[in-house]
Amino acid sequence: MILTIQNVVKRYADHTALAGVSLEIPKGCIFGLLGPNGAGKTSLIRIINQITAPDEGQVFFDGELLQPKHVEQIGYLPEERGLYKKMKVGDQLMYLAQLKGLSKAEALNRLKDWFIRLDIKDWWNKPVDDLSKGMQQKTQFIATVVHEPKLLILDEPFSGFDPINANMLKDEILALKERGTTILFSTHRMESVEELCDSIALINHSQVVLTGEKDEVRNRFKKHAYEVRYSGDLGESKSYEIISKAPENNSAIIKLAQPDETNSAIAALIKQVDLFEFKEVIPSFNDIFIQVVGETK
Amino acid sequence: MNKILLVIQREYLTRIQKKSFWIASLLGPLLITAIYAVPIWLATQDKEVKRIEILDESGSFQATDLVDKEVEFKLVNKPVSDLKGSFSKEGYTAFVHLPKDLLTHSEDIKIYSEKNLSLPLKSSIERVIEKKVRAILMKDAGIASEVYEKTQVEVSSETITVSEKGDETSSSSGGAMILAGVMGMLLYITLLLYGSQVMNGVIEEKSSRIIEVIISSIKPYQLMLGKILGVGMVGLTQFLLWIVLTIGLSQVASTFYAASPMKQKVEQIKKVDPEVAKKMDDASPMAEVTKVIESTNIPLVIGGFLFYFLFGYLLYSSLFAAIGSAVESTAETQQFTFIVMLPIILAFIMAQFTMQDPDSTMAFWASMIPFTSPINMMVRLPYGVPMWELATSMILLVVGFLGCSWVSARIYRVGILMYGKKITVKELAKWLFYKG
Repeated sequence: MILTIQNVVKRYADHTALAGVSLEIPKGCIFGLLGPNGAGKTSLIRIINQITAPDEGQVFFDGELLQPKHVEQIGYLPEERGLYKKMKVGDQLMYLAQLKGLSKAEALNRLKDWFIRLDIKDWWNKPVDDLSKGMQQKTQFIATVVHEPKLLILDEPFSGFDPINANMLKDEILALKERGTTILFSTHRMESVEELCDSIALINHSQVVLTGEKDEVRNRFKKHAYEVRYSGDLGESKSYEIISKAPENNSAIIKLAQPDETNSAIAALIKQVDLFEFKEVIPSFNDIFIQVVGETK
Repeated sequence: MNKILLVIQREYLTRIQKKSFWIASLLGPLLITAIYAVPIWLATQDKEVKRIEILDESGSFQATDLVDKEVEFKLVNKPVSDLKGSFSKEGYTAFVHLPKDLLTHSEDIKIYSEKNLSLPLKSSIERVIEKKVRAILMKDAGIASEVYEKTQVEVSSETITVSEKGDETSSSSGGAMILAGVMGMLLYITLLLYGSQVMNGVIEEKSSRIIEVIISSIKPYQLMLGKILGVGMVGLTQFLLWIVLTIGLSQVASTFYAASPMKQKVEQIKKVDPEVAKKMDDASPMAEVTKVIESTNIPLVIGGFLFYFLFGYLLYSSLFAAIGSAVESTAETQQFTFIVMLPIILAFIMAQFTMQDPDSTMAFWASMIPFTSPINMMVRLPYGVPMWELATSMILLVVGFLGCSWVSARIYRVGILMYGKKITVKELAKWLFYKG
């Protein structure tokens, strides 16, 4: 485990941001931290970054109790991000890289590599003010990963990115994962969760309400519903019930009476109609999110 | 520690790379030099001599009585109505009408001019008339003019400070007052100037949102400390540049003075009259400066200045940093900056009284309380302060700084992450007791 969070509690004057949160994040995965706005995601991220300290509970990084030295192994891209506007891009990245513990020579070497790789050599001496928003986002991303952190924390990384930069970012994230970096990635955009994450945790009202590997979570939320396409007249049967019917494209959603007894359902169906398609309905993370958040209100 | 150095380095370099820093560094000494050089330069310029007509109905004046450096008088004998029409056409600035009964009604003198007379010209005219009228009145009263001359004494004194051991030093009250005033002013300006630079730096980091990235690498107090020290070093650099440039420019200015006709004139006068020469030397600013240097403990004053600048700056700039952290833009800072500026302004006002009576009870307390002590102790120092008072004041200032920076650091660490909330003073007080 790169990160083990045990019973973390964080209270503010007028509310409790985290009420006993426990999580385990395995090495080398992309971990989605989901939850509606105000659920406590940012509070948890700030604790992992040691920006604030928990009131109760403990956090372990790579098996050790979280300590100041660990900041050098964590990269953090906050949701609200910015740079020193008047400072030159090169100076700024050198400063941020050295704050993360790189030596001057090493910071310079690595930054040169990044500038060559992203083909942005002529930015080095430009003040940040002169860069477009997309260019600033690239600069920020370099600042987040230049010290090659073991754990990368991205808070709503795609917000404000245009599709081209979002794609570049996605490729970079996958490339970092290939090299063994663990990525903790907080979002409420479910499409990026489906696309990128290996595991998720859903936080609502200051508590973890759902956690697990992506496919396992999906399976948990299966309703044993199947989509069928057919021709003929579909009637009731004791092996399934019809949840909805769409006669205009000859399809329907059915729910099996006995989970996993697909063969008997198919047998019942082919007695009534000509069956073209029989497909399990896999719940989307959007549905799961809405369902779980709704249930835990 | 290494990371604080990085912050200091960034704060320092980004500021001294700005054009505005160099403009201020160059303009400062130029202004100081100009304050001294311009009056000297103006004095070397020949003044235009004003011409005045005098209609003397009393008959007391002869042409020989009417001599003045800057004014040329001419006695005339024409009716007032004629003079009114003619004086300006004939190139006179004004004409003066002296009534018949001048000796008894000296307030009836009338000066006619086209434009308002300048005050110095009016007093030159009055001085000349006064002198003559007084001489006539003296004579009438039976006082010989020699007796009158003898009674014209000028009193001047030399002040000497006596230490407990009985050592005597010739002191300079005027010089000490000037030195005190300059130092108080300098501290006042720099505390406000560099304090608000720290505040704006904090606001910049918060409003550009880079703050969260930075404090994921270092602790908030490290960032705050680095910023305060970096800006403080910019302040010291500026002092140094000012001192070096002012000395340099004064050298240049005095070289020019030595080669100027003014200098030759002064030398001529000195040769003719040794007594005048001595008086001139005593009154020149250089003599006053030399006297101050001889009579004050210069290392103590310079050391004191650096100490009170450093700790006064540290105390106030940490408060300014706390304010910067609590707001989101410079526009919102007013109500809070006022709270911090109030003691600085108060200290400066108190310093005006301290300067006049450096040993009063008020001056004593003003130089002990950490918020007012930097300016007030600096004002007292050139007059001489007992060692125990100085030591107590310094210790209290350091304690005050530690207390303020504790308060500030606690407000700062909460404030920098607080957005979209209208902050009140009560709210700030609550932040002091937040955990972690």
